[in-house]
Amino acid sequence: MKPLLASLKDFLAKPELQQASVRTRLGHGEADLCLRGGLQHGSLHEVFSVISHEAAATGFVAGLAKRVAEDKHLLWIRQDFSAREWGELSAIGLLELGIDPACLLLLSVATADDALRAANDALSCAALGAVVIEIPGHPKILDMTASRRLSLLAAQSQVTVFLLRLAAQPSFNTAQTRWLVRGAASPQPSEGWGRPVFQVELIRNRQGQTGEWKMEWNGDERSFREPKADLGAVVSTAFN
Amino acid sequence: MALWFPRLSTDRLQRHKQSQSSAAPLVVVAKVKNAIVLQAVDAKATALGLHIGQPLANARAMVQELEVAQADAAADLRLLNTIADWCDRFTPFVALDGKQGLLLDVTGATHLFGGEHAMLELVARRLKAQGLIVCAALAGTAAAAHALAFYKNDTIVELGAEAATVKPLPVEALGLETTITHAFRRAGLKTVGQVASRKRSEITARFGAATLAALDEILGQGAKPISPRRPRAQYWQEQAFAEPIATDDLITATLKSLSVHLSALMQENGDGARCLEALFFRADGAVRGITIAMGSPTRDCNIMLRLFREKLSALNDPLDPGFGFDLIRLSATRTEHFNGVTAELDSDLMAQKDISFLIDRLAARFGADRIFRFQPNDTHIPEKAFAAVPAQSASPKQIWKKRRRTSAIPLRPLRIFARPEPITFSTTLNWRRFNRSVTWHEGPERIAAEWWRYEQPQSTRDYFRAEDHEGRRYWLYRDEATVQWFLHGVFA
Repeated sequence: MKPLLASLKDFLAKPELQQASVRTRLGHGEADLCLRGGLQHGSLHEVFSVISHEAAATGFVAGLAKRVAEDKHLLWIRQDFSAREWGELSAIGLLELGIDPACLLLLSVATADDALRAANDALSCAALGAVVIEIPGHPKILDMTASRRLSLLAAQSQVTVFLLRLAAQPSFNTAQTRWLVRGAASPQPSEGWGRPVFQVELIRNRQGQTGEWKMEWNGDERSFREPKADLGAVVSTAFN
Repeated sequence: MALWFPRLSTDRLQRHKQSQSSAAPLVVVAKVKNAIVLQAVDAKATALGLHIGQPLANARAMVQELEVAQADAAADLRLLNTIADWCDRFTPFVALDGKQGLLLDVTGATHLFGGEHAMLELVARRLKAQGLIVCAALAGTAAAAHALAFYKNDTIVELGAEAATVKPLPVEALGLETTITHAFRRAGLKTVGQVASRKRSEITARFGAATLAALDEILGQGAKPISPRRPRAQYWQEQAFAEPIATDDLITATLKSLSVHLSALMQENGDGARCLEALFFRADGAVRGITIAMGSPTRDCNIMLRLFREKLSALNDPLDPGFGFDLIRLSATRTEHFNGVTAELDSDLMAQKDISFLIDRLAARFGADRIFRFQPNDTHIPEKAFAAVPAQSASPKQIWKKRRRTSAIPLRPLRIFARPEPITFSTTLNWRRFNRSVTWHEGPERIAAEWWRYEQPQSTRDYFRAEDHEGRRYWLYRDEATVQWFLHGVFA
């Protein structure tokens, strides 16, 4: 048998791990700076929702995944429980966010175990643009090994994986970036709401600094950006 | 070929307790019109003079030591179906014949088993080895074979000679209602031959056309097709083993070679498989079927093989080879015309092929009703404006983009509740026992029910969009009839 170290070295020498990583800009200047040019393809990114802001986190992940996948297909894996508790993903809602539902495949599974198995399988399909795995709570199966496997498979096929964690606390794993998302109040509530606004905290970044920003999703350009009315004021009073 | 199992019920019970063969004769009883009568008797009981239809009390008076079991029609039917599954190895056309019989259409299959005599002998011998008492007969028509199996076990009738063989049989062999057979007997017509000797017009006039049709069938003059239990597959390949196989490697190798042959067959006609079934015939008689479905027709053996592997690994109760499989059959149960050449050239089509293969794989593992695509519906009711349809049956080209209003703020929620949740709403919104202070709301947007779709009038809903102090956005409505508030969805 080959010594473990040698086989690991062989593995790391593979061309797909050597190649320069592809990145997608989010469109939000400061965040892209922090991410050194954007979100890295072929890796694992984790998005946590602040309790009761699950819809906002869903919208944020959908935006990230759309930007990364562009016109390729998007596979959304979700547990049945998650749809009952926080609502079923709506095609019309996605369409209004500028995400074409025709590019979306929805897989509903019973357990987190199944969700991860399906993701491992799907990651071998390079025709996919991105895979979103929606997992509620803290399933035992989602441990260091599972996240490592997802990262490695993503690196091999260059398909980007997003873990959407609902009702969960951040913990250690191999994610490239980790985000904490909540909805943000509209800049001028009296004038009605505008485009979706997220209060986004980058709490882990393997390649740079972390930070906290307010981001607005523009469904027409399919891009994030700084909210217009908010350009001057960095921190709104509501969050102090 | 007709098979008749005269002692199906007792055989079923004996098979279960083979080890402790009790000396007492076994009878199966059921309650008929408030009397407990014998439904089935085993060989020992018959030897002692017991017969079907006899009251249990009489039987007990005749025989002291009697083992009595309750009739179980469902279990008998299950056993008959199992036997039918097993018989699938001889021909794909197997039909149930009453409660105790099977019909096999072996036209063109006999030479595979060394001729008619050898085949009949083989079927009977192997069924007997399974502990079943069987009467078998082979004839040109199903009705003739059925009658012969009943009255003249082990008969083989050459084509065209049905009439001569069947004529000596009693009129009951026609399988008609008891009133008609009684009428025949009263008229002095005791055998099929005697009935056949009457004028056809007389029989029709007295007993109806159905009687004449039954007579023709049994005499081999008019054949009624049997209705097989499984739909006939257009393409199938099978592999029989002299020595039963049990290892995964061999099973996979067999499936591979079968799929290669199957796709070669399909290629000749330019067809591709949408649905494949693999049947595993176990040496001890059990049969297990595995089905895979594809979103688009395929002839690619590697895809078929991989889907089967996927399905096999996802089974709750794994394929148990027991003492091994002695026959594996692969059949394409659904096919479609398929032009497999163009897909190789275009990279866009390649990606599409990859995606549809992924869908097939996920469907094989988790079920076809688990992987969805969204399709637009023509309705103004927001929650019905889209449908999640199983991706394998959905058409991938959907025109969604045109439906989008540009540079618009979201008016419809991202997550929608299948069952709207009751809330209270005034200046604060109380949902799931939490108060949220509403900073902004807009409405009502009145959405009336589609009165042309329903008999009962559905209530109209007034929808509002609301945002709370933390920036959470809600989609809620007031039911016009009950004046109650419900939360229907949440925005990003």
